Amino acid sequence: MTATTATSATAGAVPKRRLRDRLPVVHQLRQSVGLQRGMLVAGLVITGLFILTAIFAPLLAPYGFAQLRGEDGAFGSQQAPSAEHPFGTTVGGYDVLSRVIWGAQTALLVIIVAVIASIIAGVLLGLVSGYFGGWFDRVLVVVCDAIYAFPSLLLAIALSIMISGGQSSLWGGILAAALSITVVFIPQYFRVIRAETVRIKAEAYVESAKVLGASNGRIMFRHVLRNATRTLPLIFTLNSSEAILTLAGLGFLGFGIEPTAAAEWGYDLNKALSDVTSGIWWTSLYPGLAIVLAVLGITLVGESLNDLADPRLRGRRRVAQAAGQVAETSVVPGGTLSAGPGGLDGLENGESFDEHGIEVKR
Amino acid sequence: MSTVVEIKNLGVSFATDAGAVKAVDDVSLEVARGEVLAIVGESGSGKTVTAKTILGLLPETATTSGAVLLSNREGTRERDVISLGKQQLRDIRGTDVAMVFQEPSTALNPVYTVGWQIMEGLRAHGEVSKKEARRRAIEMLGRVGIPDPEERIDHFPHQFSGGQKQRIVIAMALVLDPGLIVADEPTTALDVTVQAEILDLLRRCRDEFGTAIVLITHNMGVVADLADRVAVMYQGKLVEQAPVRELFAAPQADYTKALLAAVPHVGHGTARAAERVAARAEGWAGAAPVVEARGLEIVYPGRFGRPGFRAVDGVDLVIRPGEVLGLVGESGSGKTTIGRAIAGLTKVTGGSLQVLGHEMNGIRERDFRPTRSRIGFVFQDPASSFNPLLTIAECVAEPLVIHGRAADAAEARGRVDELLEAVQLPRAYGDRYPHELSGGQRQRASLARSLALEPELLIADEPTSALDVSVQARVLELFRELQQEFGFASLFISHDLAVVDLLADRIAVLYHGELVEEGTGAEVLGAPSDPYTKRLLASLPVPDPVEQAERRAELRRLREAR
Repeated sequence: MTATTATSATAGAVPKRRLRDRLPVVHQLRQSVGLQRGMLVAGLVITGLFILTAIFAPLLAPYGFAQLRGEDGAFGSQQAPSAEHPFGTTVGGYDVLSRVIWGAQTALLVIIVAVIASIIAGVLLGLVSGYFGGWFDRVLVVVCDAIYAFPSLLLAIALSIMISGGQSSLWGGILAAALSITVVFIPQYFRVIRAETVRIKAEAYVESAKVLGASNGRIMFRHVLRNATRTLPLIFTLNSSEAILTLAGLGFLGFGIEPTAAAEWGYDLNKALSDVTSGIWWTSLYPGLAIVLAVLGITLVGESLNDLADPRLRGRRRVAQAAGQVAETSVVPGGTLSAGPGGLDGLENGESFDEHGIEVKR
Repeated sequence: MSTVVEIKNLGVSFATDAGAVKAVDDVSLEVARGEVLAIVGESGSGKTVTAKTILGLLPETATTSGAVLLSNREGTRERDVISLGKQQLRDIRGTDVAMVFQEPSTALNPVYTVGWQIMEGLRAHGEVSKKEARRRAIEMLGRVGIPDPEERIDHFPHQFSGGQKQRIVIAMALVLDPGLIVADEPTTALDVTVQAEILDLLRRCRDEFGTAIVLITHNMGVVADLADRVAVMYQGKLVEQAPVRELFAAPQADYTKALLAAVPHVGHGTARAAERVAARAEGWAGAAPVVEARGLEIVYPGRFGRPGFRAVDGVDLVIRPGEVLGLVGESGSGKTTIGRAIAGLTKVTGGSLQVLGHEMNGIRERDFRPTRSRIGFVFQDPASSFNPLLTIAECVAEPLVIHGRAADAAEARGRVDELLEAVQLPRAYGDRYPHELSGGQRQRASLARSLALEPELLIADEPTSALDVSVQARVLELFRELQQEFGFASLFISHDLAVVDLLADRIAVLYHGELVEEGTGAEVLGAPSDPYTKRLLASLPVPDPVEQAERRAELRRLREAR
């Protein structure tokens, strides 16, 4: 053992991967090429705009979301776009531009609450159910299948009635919408995490933890959970866009948030229905456009992350003929048993694997 | 034209996330008609990539330079595979060159009959009537040694054994009568006794069909058994090329010499085992055994309404303190099940199994958990036995943290460093993630983890079967040193007699869940009494072409005597 002490110092530490390579989205952005990169960048730009609008809504919006009159009196209803009201006003006399901007804030809040709540519940249920199995698992799977079989909007409507009970304050409305979306989404997270857990449960490293005598809780949270969450960012992005659609759907059907509590695109669309036939296009166009753009941006990010996560779908630049270095694939460079036991020099030293598991000589 | 294929200055590069990686660098080879050329080398040496180039089977991320001149069976036409288009590649595949894959169970489509799959090749190339195709498929099945081919042609792949499946894959390759077969590790997934039969069949392909074979393998025994000529590859380059007897008798390149030296031979461990026995203290045989099984039975529950599967049936065995028991058997013989039962991973359903004073039959996990600190376990596949998100140091510290010897991984670091040094890994490797280590390094870290609590019993389940020969030799050597230093008792499970022989004090042979023979290495390997052990021993190809030819004759005699 003394012989190795000297050599271990020379092995040196492996340089940590740089921060920009470890951040989830930034890493993928650097990795992507061609069309996939275009999709990702477009998605990121749109999503970024959406989030910025939501955060800075109080500064960006010319009026409040429930404001009916300015300094020179009431706005008037169904006014065409003008200097004071660039997107016009609605039938209720609200400023369309302000409603669209404030609506981003509502949408973002609903997404955050809905997705966080469904992730926590879905992941915990999936983990426990997949790890222990048995009757608990069967019951949960059947319940989730039943929820799948239900029309999700109908479920959301029923829940929003139950939760808000007709009341609609800002947070009451947001919570009602978010929690009804949550129930629809829990099965998705549940199924993904459960499937991953069942797979990982059979992996050798989980068995090895079992052999070491680790408790179930430790195995679940230290060994299974962290390995099971890889696909979550993808479902997260895809679900976010679905959450916007469900919220808009709820609002459109009149189960959303009252206009005095918060701005909501679906509600505005509903109110704009009758305008369309009378040639008033601005009340429906802008909220609709907002929904389309927000969903498109988030979906683009989700889909391209999905493609980039799979090495088989990921695009790469072609290499020149017979280019590149021969990878140091051998584990024992320079011969197998040339060094005696205990001597490490020139044995499995020096070479290292990069982040993708390809061995490179440093 | 006397050559079937001529590879000239082949270079292959792959586009990866990390940029271009060269897999094959300036390799020139040729294969004569009716010749078996073995390409040997460790994993990643480029041998499979070279062979796949002959069929134009490289993925889209690959770029190729050089030339691969492939001629047809009659030698009337020669084409450069690299410059061919997709349609032309389809023409030559099957008719000029065919492939035999490593894993027969995945090479066959489970939803079609084997006959359909053989006929598919015939019908893809040229107009053959259904009747004629069927006739030829039946004939081919008979020639590769499938009994009752008329009837079995309509069976599905799952109705055949692993060895038979590989015969069918070979029949599929032979049916269009190609001049060359590329066989990528054709026997790696098979048991030793089945391997010997498949090697016989491949030899017949050469002798009866006159087919040339490119054999890719890392098993030097297989090379000695089948090959006419050997090409040694190392890191994408061709290191040496020689006729088989010449190569084994007088290897030229240093790498080849080292590679041959690393191959374990049956019989080398006997002397060491005798030394160890002599060194034991008196009264050792009377000490309480670490593991004692009496009539051990393990039955896996069957599906509803079906009887269960009896994996282990009435096994008696004893492991005394400080002793290494080698457990040998083919896949499905129950050897891994016994190892898992001892570690408490599989339930014992009958008989008695005493582990460190605990009766395992009917024990509850909660009662057994404290005892786990006295048992270590090394898994077969080093790639999957580490949590990919923890560093090596955190993984090795796990047992210490779980059993309360340290509060967290950081506190255990001192002990972890000692352990890493004990298995000859530099301390700095503790900060790496499992995927940043090679297979051999990971298996050492796995050893370090299992030794962290200084267990009295170490169960090693095929610890070296996923490793290259050269790496295996070092891991085995390390295992032997550690066993001497720590003095733990061990159950060493392996399918490879030569590996077990290197380490074990006693060897137990399992066959279909039953213990057929047990004794010291000298007894079991020197003078086997059970017919199965005899067959197992004779099937094992030795890495020496001259000796292997004699053994082959011996095996044939054994089989005929049966």
